[in-house]
Amino acid sequence: MNKIIFFAHLRDRVGEESVTKDAGGKTIAELKQLLSEEYALKLDSVMAALNEEFASDDEVIKDGDTVAFIPPVSGG
Amino acid sequence: MNFEISKDPIDIQSVIDKVVQREAGAITTFIGTVRELTQGKKTLYLIYEAYESMAVKKLEQIGKEIKERWDGAEVAITHRTGKLDITDVAVVIAVSTPHRADAYEANRYAIERIKEIVPIWKKEHWEDGEEWIGNQLETVAYPKGKPEAKELNE
Repeated sequence: MNKIIFFAHLRDRVGEESVTKDAGGKTIAELKQLLSEEYALKLDSVMAALNEEFASDDEVIKDGDTVAFIPPVSGG
Repeated sequence: MNFEISKDPIDIQSVIDKVVQREAGAITTFIGTVRELTQGKKTLYLIYEAYESMAVKKLEQIGKEIKERWDGAEVAITHRTGKLDITDVAVVIAVSTPHRADAYEANRYAIERIKEIVPIWKKEHWEDGEEWIGNQLETVAYPKGKPEAKELNE
């Protein structure tokens, strides 16, 4: 299973800080597609992090990986 | 720890103290504060949220990038989270180097990189509403799925 974490407006939309999904074997792009449909999210301009490191859309998620969706940042 | 996310007000001097070194001829300190007016719109307060564990790693990465680019640099960065009022300190960056030009340049580099790669978000609260900044307008896109290194002047 995989922990999927949301931030900023995505967290507001989903209504949870994180959800658990079986995303092993899927690419980031495939997971984005799945979540976009389930929660009516727009994830085109959203980055993903795999185990706290930025990941490209074509990277494959392994069982146990933590995936975080990271909207454009606005710190500083 | 030279790179921190803090729920409590930042002690500016303690950030500066972390980069004191005998080899330094300069320390530059950047203090980011909460501005009241943005394009004429009045902010009441901000909420900063961070993906804390990753944010610390990305701050460490920025420190590493600076040490590679500017010889002899020492870096310390603390970013605040939670509710911040107007004039509150959101971020403190201290950089020491042997010569002053490098300390200025490296400090500028740090704040620009924070705005590119560190997972921290601010939610603006105005008199007539609230909004997470950085996404809804979709002015920033990441066609490759992650931020790319950019020149400072872009």
